[in-house]
Amino acid sequence: MVTLSRAVEFSTSLRYALPDLSEAENLARYGDRARQHGHNYRLELTVRGEVDPVTGMVTDLKDIQDVLDREVMDRFDHRDLNCDTPYFEKLVPTPENFVRVLRELLVEALPPAVRLARLRLQPDADSWVEWVEPGQTP
Amino acid sequence: MIELTRCYRFPAAHVLARDDFSDAENQRHYGKCANPGGHGHNYGVEVTVRGPVDAGTGEVMGRRQLDELVAERVVARFGHRLLNDDPLFEERVPTAENIARAIHGELKAPLAAVGTARLVRVRVHETRKNSFGYEEMS
Repeated sequence: MVTLSRAVEFSTSLRYALPDLSEAENLARYGDRARQHGHNYRLELTVRGEVDPVTGMVTDLKDIQDVLDREVMDRFDHRDLNCDTPYFEKLVPTPENFVRVLRELLVEALPPAVRLARLRLQPDADSWVEWVEPGQTP
Repeated sequence: MIELTRCYRFPAAHVLARDDFSDAENQRHYGKCANPGGHGHNYGVEVTVRGPVDAGTGEVMGRRQLDELVAERVVARFGHRLLNDDPLFEERVPTAENIARAIHGELKAPLAAVGTARLVRVRVHETRKNSFGYEEMS
């Protein structure tokens, strides 16, 4: 079993806010993050699979990149998480919630030869969240 | 499961030498790291916690809460100090391995006391080439 990681970077705006709270309540609860702001997110996807004896690869990296382009870049790059995507109408777009959304999108879209092992989402260089396949440590 | 990691930095000095070794023995074990005047590093510390994502905040743990804890327990304690002077290193040489273990020990209980997230791992970067992770076996 070998793991393979591929990263993408995308630039996205967001605000922490729930629609059933007033502007003042959102500001009181989430502080600065209730105002619209943005990040250069970095997402690192790690999959696991067997090495194909013919190609010597776990999977064609292009297939992984196609999935990342379709599921991540096309949906989120240069867009607003709250306004331009349907995922955060009732969910605050914290990195924790965002990585769970990304996991659900990616797990369905990956080539059948590989399984999602880890997903690391970095809003900035000094902070990240990571979804880890149950039973595994990063 | 979701893990949250945040990175911190502090500059500190240390000498790698045991009191019960002769100078020659210390030089043999630790080389130039045993030079008695000491030397220093910009230490980087990655703190990783794991826990359920709070439905209200959308977070594993409040960033400010974690930052304040690390600022108080780690950065204020070790930053701009000679690590050998700290009681935590009275019995142990302040290698990066022991620094990682000491920081884990300092953070584990206070972290558990403030919420549902639990400390998973402390990684200490001593230079850009060396890093040391400490975690307790579960």
